[in-house]
Amino acid sequence: MVAMDSVQKWFGKLHVLQDIDLQITPGEVVVVIGPSGSGKSTLCRTINRLETIDEGVIAVDGQELPKEGKSLAGLRADVGMVFQQFNLFAHKTVLENVTLGPIKVRKHSKADADRKAHEQLRRVGVDDQANKYPAQLSGGQQQRVAIARALAMEPKVMLFDEPTSALDPEMIKEVLDSMVDLAKQGMTMVVVTHEMGFARTAAHRVSFMADGRLVEENTPNEFFTNPQSDRAKDFLGKILEH
Amino acid sequence: MPLANNTTDERGIAMTTSTGTKTGTDIPQAIVKQRNLSWWISGLIVAAVAAFIAQSLYVNPNIAWPVVGEFILSPRILNGLWTTLELAVLSQAIAIVLGLVISLMRLSSNPVAGAVSRGYIWLFRGTPLLVQILLWGNFALFYDQITLGIPFTGVTFASWPTNEVITTFVAAVLGLALHEAAYMAEIIRSGIMSVGYGQTEAAQALGLTRGQMMSRVVVPQALRIIVPPTGNQFIQMLKMTSLVAVIAGGDLLTVAQNISAVNLQTIELLIVATVWYLLVTSIASAGQALLERRLGRSIRRQKDRGNKTARGRAS
Repeated sequence: MVAMDSVQKWFGKLHVLQDIDLQITPGEVVVVIGPSGSGKSTLCRTINRLETIDEGVIAVDGQELPKEGKSLAGLRADVGMVFQQFNLFAHKTVLENVTLGPIKVRKHSKADADRKAHEQLRRVGVDDQANKYPAQLSGGQQQRVAIARALAMEPKVMLFDEPTSALDPEMIKEVLDSMVDLAKQGMTMVVVTHEMGFARTAAHRVSFMADGRLVEENTPNEFFTNPQSDRAKDFLGKILEH
Repeated sequence: MPLANNTTDERGIAMTTSTGTKTGTDIPQAIVKQRNLSWWISGLIVAAVAAFIAQSLYVNPNIAWPVVGEFILSPRILNGLWTTLELAVLSQAIAIVLGLVISLMRLSSNPVAGAVSRGYIWLFRGTPLLVQILLWGNFALFYDQITLGIPFTGVTFASWPTNEVITTFVAAVLGLALHEAAYMAEIIRSGIMSVGYGQTEAAQALGLTRGQMMSRVVVPQALRIIVPPTGNQFIQMLKMTSLVAVIAGGDLLTVAQNISAVNLQTIELLIVATVWYLLVTSIASAGQALLERRLGRSIRRQKDRGNKTARGRAS
């Protein structure tokens, strides 16, 4: 579903993505973990070209990422994205946030889009907030609306860029629950997160990144109990201590 | 029925409290500053000064109030007022459109567009409006013909004498609109820049095109920032139209001065103009307030539940 082949990216002199090869099959849930600044967010954002790459090839569903313009917009419509800061459209109600894409990009009728939006909002448990503005919701509710907004586009793959990092602990669970449901329903997902619990329960594969490289890939069970690389052992030692 | 009683604490702050019969606890309902003696005295002094000024204007033998009454609704004055409104609305409308173009040029990654935009603002914001209006009014002195053709080739399709194309009205609109566009460009730019980067990223991630992103996500949010200063600009524009009197623009002030040049009732006709300017700027202010309230909907609701928002946004 997603294929990254020898991807390189530099921020000035900093080599943020080094020789990234990553194949994600349909229905697979890949959790990308690693220390801050390891390039995992950047990696996630290259998949819908919110970050450009300098070398290599990224393909989604067999199609190489277009450089720009309408074809890039068309590809992005097929790739759902959930941001750390939710990024709901502040001037639109929850319902309008979810229907904007389907109406403007997918050209659905308003009635159709409304109906499907309510469906998605129900799926993440915030349908009763449909007529409120984002600022009236809690962070957890906002993030679930953001998930519904992405799902309403009926994407082939969903990207989560640290979806719970801006949330209070009590709200993290409600967002993760929605994501676990989604994973169970067979959505192809790339999740950048610090939530090791989510990685254990929902991931098919854990990709560990450090210093711009994909250092280690394994099943969650293998990775957490028997990490191979020193870098991963060091990282897990630090986060599992407390 | 809750009982209401007024108490005053030692700092002189009066408190109205009511006692609920069910709970028996005191719930403060309003804290009102006590109106003591100095409050009344200062108010009286200000009112007295204002009344004195009003009275001195009214009884001033140099002001013939009947003349004001005679001209305030005269067809010539109303005609001038109409021209003033036309000038203001047309110029502001052109300035908003042109300002949007200039601000988008300034924000674009194209260095030529950026430089032209900065140059425009430098030129039109850096010279007095009065001078610009005089230049447009005398445009025929440096280009006596206006020609439609292909630049640098000598090919021409049509040509007109400048004075037929740039009439006084056109010169007035050009002067006001081009000057105003420089200010509007900066106002619109600040509005667009105030919309967070996350909003455009989210729009891009949904697959919206650049145009859809601007029209559906960025501009509607930028408007909340753009509208209040634009209202100010329009109110200022209503007044700045009076500058076109220097090229006999036919506006309210031109007409008032034309009339007083004949009947020599200078002050009376200036008062007539003043009253009309005040009236139209007051109406414009009211309109601005209405518009702002409409645009502030999503934000106002945010304030209503400020606590929840603050918690949700904490990172």
